[in-house]
Amino acid sequence: MSTDVTTAAAEFARRQQSPVQRLQSQLHKRPWLSPLFLLFVAFLSFFIATPTFLTANSMGILLQQTAIIAALAVGQTLIILTAGIDLSVGAIMVLSMMVMASLAQDGGMPGILALLIGILLAVGAGFLNGILVTRINLPPFIVTLGTLSIFTAIALLYSGGASIQAPRLPRLLNFLGEGFGIGGFRLTWGVILVGVIYAVVAFVLSQTAWGRYVYAVGDDPESARLSGVPSKRILLGVYTVAGLIYGIAAWILIGRAGAATPNAIPDANLQSITAVVIGGTSLFGGRGRLVGTLIGALIVQTLQFGLSQMGVDQQWRVLATGILVIIAVAVDQWIRKVKA
Amino acid sequence: MTVNWIQTPHTRASDLEVSHDGIPPGKEAIYAQEPVLSARNLVITFGRVVGLDGVDLDLYPGEVLAVIGDNGAGKSTLIKCLTGAYVPNSGTITMNGREVSFKKPQDAREAGIETVYQQLAVIPALDIASNLYLAREDRRKGPLGSIFRMLDKKGMERRAGEAVQNLGIQTIQNMGQAVETLSGGQRQAVAVARAAAFGSKVVVLDEPTAALGVKESGMVLDMIKQLRDKGLSIILVSHNMPHVWEVADRIHIQRLGGRAGVITPESHDMGEGVAIMTGAKKLGGTATPAAEAPRADAVHEGSRGSEGTRAGHVEDAPADRGDRP
Repeated sequence: MSTDVTTAAAEFARRQQSPVQRLQSQLHKRPWLSPLFLLFVAFLSFFIATPTFLTANSMGILLQQTAIIAALAVGQTLIILTAGIDLSVGAIMVLSMMVMASLAQDGGMPGILALLIGILLAVGAGFLNGILVTRINLPPFIVTLGTLSIFTAIALLYSGGASIQAPRLPRLLNFLGEGFGIGGFRLTWGVILVGVIYAVVAFVLSQTAWGRYVYAVGDDPESARLSGVPSKRILLGVYTVAGLIYGIAAWILIGRAGAATPNAIPDANLQSITAVVIGGTSLFGGRGRLVGTLIGALIVQTLQFGLSQMGVDQQWRVLATGILVIIAVAVDQWIRKVKA
Repeated sequence: MTVNWIQTPHTRASDLEVSHDGIPPGKEAIYAQEPVLSARNLVITFGRVVGLDGVDLDLYPGEVLAVIGDNGAGKSTLIKCLTGAYVPNSGTITMNGREVSFKKPQDAREAGIETVYQQLAVIPALDIASNLYLAREDRRKGPLGSIFRMLDKKGMERRAGEAVQNLGIQTIQNMGQAVETLSGGQRQAVAVARAAAFGSKVVVLDEPTAALGVKESGMVLDMIKQLRDKGLSIILVSHNMPHVWEVADRIHIQRLGGRAGVITPESHDMGEGVAIMTGAKKLGGTATPAAEAPRADAVHEGSRGSEGTRAGHVEDAPADRGDRP
């Protein structure tokens, strides 16, 4: 019996594959390859289409534009890996940003204290999402749909709908918009901080037991529980860490926008989800890599930025993003169909 | 197999002999030892329904003890009491002669009793090594492990490979392969390997062949025999009589919350076993005191607990046979 199995397995391993099958199986092993290829194609097209695209100056701006969505998409990735979804990303970030700016405006509170309170508020907001998901057992979609409205309303009520401009804020809150130039290429501290967030979270996801549990809980929560994984604690942790990342994104956003504005990035929710999905993370949980999300965020912003450089209208850019999402998910489905 | 094991025309069920101390021929040495796991007089009730009514069970080192019984006979209740999922109202459980008390499944796991659940509890997206080590990961030595909490991936993969090899499981080879790419039988092998690989003494398998085809079932049955030959004790809960008769050393028959008998595949054939299981043959002996009357009353009053109906459903059984063409 056993010899039959080994021979059959060996035969199976030696089987002939068509080039398409081989590509499919490679993409299955490295799901971030296809978004990387897409990014390359986008770069190449814009390089050919417009001379101003691939310049040091443009690249610096592209990175700064990508930074906010890329940071939010880290939290979104963690939550989507657990088969959840977070519609309150933008709302938490804006609430946190308005609170830190209001507290610190015109020297009202030391910058560091205002910053910490703002970030802690975002952590608390994420924790609240997590409690509602794990203790009240509500679906993440419903929970975050509700908290999206709640946090948005609180942010508007608290700020009175008014923006707070950079000159009225302490230097610490504006700091992440500063940076240094290498030739025409300008790198801000915000962009560097996003890079650090990616490195840390990617390490945790791939190298620690906690990261493994995130995948396990997302793939099959009941099996994870039976295996001894503390599923609820992991879920609560994921929502809380996501909140922390949104709080840091709020800080980066003040520096980038040069102001704290209640309606800063209206489509932050959908853009962060788009980045995660294009990056190859499954909305059903348990599958995906953080590096994919980074590539996904870059693709979305490259498309936006490149098209705007070519003088294409905002509406057409939105349309292009929509088509991109559908193509990305279709390719993803095809890759998943690979056998062994 | 085309044996009609429900109705054996040659034997009248009521003439069968039932024993409680049947020892498979040639294996006397095993049964001269102290049992690795013993239960005495286990009683558990759910409201007015008696789940277990004074059940005894002995599991010896290196044997496969099958537990069979009709739906609601108390098989799974018995298993849950032995693995810490239920806490019996009274009765004692001993491991290697020492009395133990399991309040939760983790207690039983720490004492060396691992359970392979019917729903398998493997994570498809993770690879085999990650599944084997799930919730008991090893970290790197030094500050990489203690401060940065880095997993010792290479070490775990190597040790997982060694463990699988030591267990004699040949159906899974590449520890880095994702479980979702495996067949049902191979997934079962991963679940069993995880249960057996970490110094456990007793492995409880709940319907391990129920969802598998003929060839895959054969693979799992071979694996059970190999584990037994390595000295592990196995409790096999199954509805599939041909599989039970193929691998079991002894067969514990649950009926109406009590132990109807312990037989061996040599002492009784499948038809006789089913006859005892369904009550066509009643035991006039010692070990099921206060037989059916009080519990039957409880059921007929309609107070059915989590165990469901206790009435015999012989016709249900063949649906579970895995030996389809």
